[in-house]
Formats: sequence, C-alpha cells, structure tokens
Amino acid sequence: MTAGPRMGFFTDTSVCIGCKACEVACKEWNLVPEDGPLRLTGDSYDNTGALGASTWRHVAFVEQQRDDQGLRWLMSSDVCKHCSSAACLEVCPTGALFRTEFSTVVVQADICNGCGYCVPACPFGVIDRREDDGRAFKCTLCYDRLRDDLQPACATACPTDSIQFGELGELRERARERVAALHDAGVAEARLYLDDEDDGIGGAGAFFLLLDEPEVYGLPPDPVSTTRDLPTLWRAAALAAGTLLAAVAVSFVEGRR
Amino acid sequence: MSGPDGDRRPGTRVRGSVVPEAEFRSYYGRPIIKEPVWTWEVPWYFFAGGLAGASASLGLVARLAGNDRLARSAFTVSGAGVTAGVPLLVSDLGRPERFPYMLRMFKVTSPLSVGSWILAAMGPAAAGAAVADRLGIFPRLGRAAEAVAGLLGPALATYTGTLVADTAVPVWHEAGRELPFVFAGSAAASAGAAALLLTPPADAGPARRLVVTGALLELGAAQAMERRLGDLGEPYHQGPAGRLARLAKACTAGGAGLVALGGRRRRAVTAAGAALVLAGSACERWAVYKAGFQSARDPRYIVEPQRARMAEREREQLKR
Repeated sequence: MTAGPRMGFFTDTSVCIGCKACEVACKEWNLVPEDGPLRLTGDSYDNTGALGASTWRHVAFVEQQRDDQGLRWLMSSDVCKHCSSAACLEVCPTGALFRTEFSTVVVQADICNGCGYCVPACPFGVIDRREDDGRAFKCTLCYDRLRDDLQPACATACPTDSIQFGELGELRERARERVAALHDAGVAEARLYLDDEDDGIGGAGAFFLLLDEPEVYGLPPDPVSTTRDLPTLWRAAALAAGTLLAAVAVSFVEGRR
Repeated sequence: MSGPDGDRRPGTRVRGSVVPEAEFRSYYGRPIIKEPVWTWEVPWYFFAGGLAGASASLGLVARLAGNDRLARSAFTVSGAGVTAGVPLLVSDLGRPERFPYMLRMFKVTSPLSVGSWILAAMGPAAAGAAVADRLGIFPRLGRAAEAVAGLLGPALATYTGTLVADTAVPVWHEAGRELPFVFAGSAAASAGAAALLLTPPADAGPARRLVVTGALLELGAAQAMERRLGDLGEPYHQGPAGRLARLAKACTAGGAGLVALGGRRRRAVTAAGAALVLAGSACERWAVYKAGFQSARDPRYIVEPQRARMAEREREQLKR
C-alpha cells in the first residue's frame, strides 16, 4: 500500500458551540461503550471529564470572568493528536499500534495485549486501557470511514465547522488565514497549537486554534515525545549494567577480612 | 455565575509546596497525562528481576573464582527470581493470554520489547542453570547457561529503569539518567543479601561486600536522582512514595551497616542486616513506582517545566 497525503483535523475552537455532537457521533459510529455511570462534575457543562479509552472526543468548557470584558466562555473539542513522533506507537512492544496510509495512528485490537505501556507514554493523556476489556483504545481518526472516502464521524456531525477534516497541508494554510482574520477582528489572543513540525512531537495530525494558553484547556503547553531522549536513556541503562557487573567483580577482590 | 473560571483553582496547589501559586493555570486542576494502569505486580517484578539479574552475575563470577558454594546460592536465587518474575509480568497484562505477542517483534524504541527479549533469553538460562547445578545434571550445558544468565543479568536488572523513564511521567522521565543506577544498586544489594542468607559465612565474603557496594550505589544514585529532579522530585517527599522512599533509605543503610558490622562471625547480626537490605530494595522499587502515580496526577509537574522550557527558548531566540 502506498501512503497518500497526510490527513488530519483542524479544530477551530473559536466557533465551537459546545453541542457535543462530535462526542455523540464518535460514540455512535465507532460503537464506543459507556464510560461509566452518568455523573455531574460541577465543572461547567463538561460532564465527560477527559479523553479516555471510551471517550475519543471530549468537549472542554472553560468559564472565565474577566474584569474588563465580563464573562467569557471557551469551548474546545479535544481529540487524539496523531503525532508525527507518536510515543504510544514507539513504546508499544507488540506492534499493535501502527501508522496508517493516512499517517494516522491506530491500535489493532486483535494484537494489543493490554500491557498498558502506551498509557503513561502519551504526553496528552489520550490513550487508556478499558478495564473490563483489558486492551488500549483511542481515536482511530475513523480509519474505516477514511478508507471509504468518508469524513470522520465527528467532523461530519459538527454543525459549525469547528472540526475540519482534510489534507494537513491545506488545513494548516486555512488555519493561518483564520488566525489572521481573527487578529484583524481584534481577537488578539487567537493562536495555533501543534501546527509546527519542529515541535517536540514533530507536528500533529490534529491541531487547534485556541483563544487562551493550552493548559487552560487541559493541554500541555510544550509536549515532547518521550522517545526523543531514548538514546540517552539506553546509554544510562548500559552504563548502569556495566557498573553492576563491575560491582560484582570488585566484591571478589579480597581485602582483609 | 458560580462556576470555576478555568484559570486558577485553590485545589491545584501542591500540598506542602513552598512555591507560591504564581501563574500556574490548569483545566479544573485535572491531570494532563494519564496515570499508569499498572498494578502491584509491576514493582514486585522490578524487584524480582533485579534480584535475579544481579544474582546471576554474582553466581557467574563466583564460579569463575572457584567459589562453588556461593555460586550455588546465587544461581538458586536467580532461578527463583525469574520463575517468580514471569507470572508477575503476565498477570499485569490486560490480556494475559496474549503474553506471547510480546515477542511478535523486536523494537528498540520500546524498552518493554527489548526487556521481553532479554527475559526470554535470560529466564530459561537462569532457571536452567539453577536446576542443572542443584541436580548435578548436564554440567556443560549448565555452565553455558550460567554464562548466558550472568552476562544478561545486569541488563535484566537495569532495563526496567529505562522502561519507566521512557514515559511522559515527569518524575520518571526526567530521572532517566539516574534510574538505571538506582535499580542497579538496589539489585546488587538484594542479590548480595539473598546469597548471604543461603551461604556458609566462610564462603560468603563477596556477598557481604556486594551488599555494601550495592547499598552505597543505590543510596548515592537515589540522591543524585532527587538532586536532578529538584521540584519535580516532590513525590519522593510526600504521600505514599515519600514514606516508601524514607523506609527504603533507612532499611538499605541500616541493613548494609549491620552486614558490615556482623561480618562472618556474628551470624545473627549479618542475617538481620541481609533481611533489612532485601526489604529496602523492595521499598525502593515501590517508592519509584508510587512516585510515578503522584507525579502524573498533578498538572503542575507538566505545565511548569514546559513553561520554563518555552521561556528559555524565547530568551535564546532574543539573544540571537
């Protein structure tokens, strides 16, 4: 199979209305089970909480009281970033996580043995293990739909085009124009998040237009794939192993008893 | 409106931290990364693997030095360690029946893959060496197995440090240069201690010395780790990880002291010291394990270092 152009998401949070149609469409299409009993968090209208094994789109609600401009409501639909340098994929020992012909990152449920390594490896806290099932799950960027030339379920359901799907290069261009338009309209705080290929994850397949710092939405401000430091980490392990062997050998050198 | 503003939440402050709540912002104080889904089997596997790995090396060198009684003790411990370790690893999987998938491929980018291969080679060698020696069968094959186990042992003892370091958990990742040394020291001390308990005092001299050097390495590396971590190392001073870390230090230092004091003559003192060192080694792995959960839970440990890194980059750019 030859790789086509890289496909991805541009989530423009400035037009998100918090309807959660993306959450519902994702669950429906992908047959994602219930995420535990219904509960109210008290955190604005966010009763989903976070991305997880059975939550592949998560709409965040941020209420900000600003002295000069009154109340501001930020809404943002979060999703797997499908990183270029994907830590989950790199640490997966079985090869269950793989990169598709659309440059997205997908778990093969028939291979995953539930070792759980991908869970703390992800710098965004996206992937998780389904406890009753034992395997890891996350957004597939609707791999099945993409192969049939359909848009992902969430993008199809989004009523405001806050979630846009397409060729990544094209989306980036569109996003830059959108930021410029917002700046012209006086929204100085508009900024792109994860659109830079030189960042710590080599650029994301899903990037965002945000109206505040990433951490306000629960996103890491400067994520780095943990495997970037792997040469250093392996060197330390090798040195430590050598030290251990030396410590054993030295203990056979007879001093006075 | 009474809802939180997503900026600052009183609950997000790190308990006991002296750093004032300056500019830190988060989403309702929620974690950014996921806590590991690993369970109690994992720290016990780290302990068993370390004990087995270092014991195999101790056995091999003892054999080469002509100390067959010490070699027998060490290989017995090593064989028992891998035999205990494998079921621990398997039962931690979400799908234990798919354990063989660990050997579907070899991936250098996955310390768990590399470790599985090390264990696949080292495990049968260590168990085989112990059986051959105890039963006095297949002497040549037994010696070959001893060599394989003894040379792979140090890798089995240290790769687990890299395994936890190769995650997004700050207290693990940022300590990636020291963690394998903490585990190496802890493994050496535990191997010496276990061999001490099984070997006549006259033949146990190297084991006693290994307890002391291992303990010194473990304590020194842990100290270096905490120094490098700085504020990120808070979990080692708070909550369950803090208690375990203190217990590990006390048991390891106290136990090694007793072993040095007891020497070959005061057998009871030496044995008590060896037991304490084993407990200290187990506590050390548990402290590291628990610290990871505490570190992953608090978004401050993610946001603040990343913000500092961004500020540093900006300063660099301005200079140019």
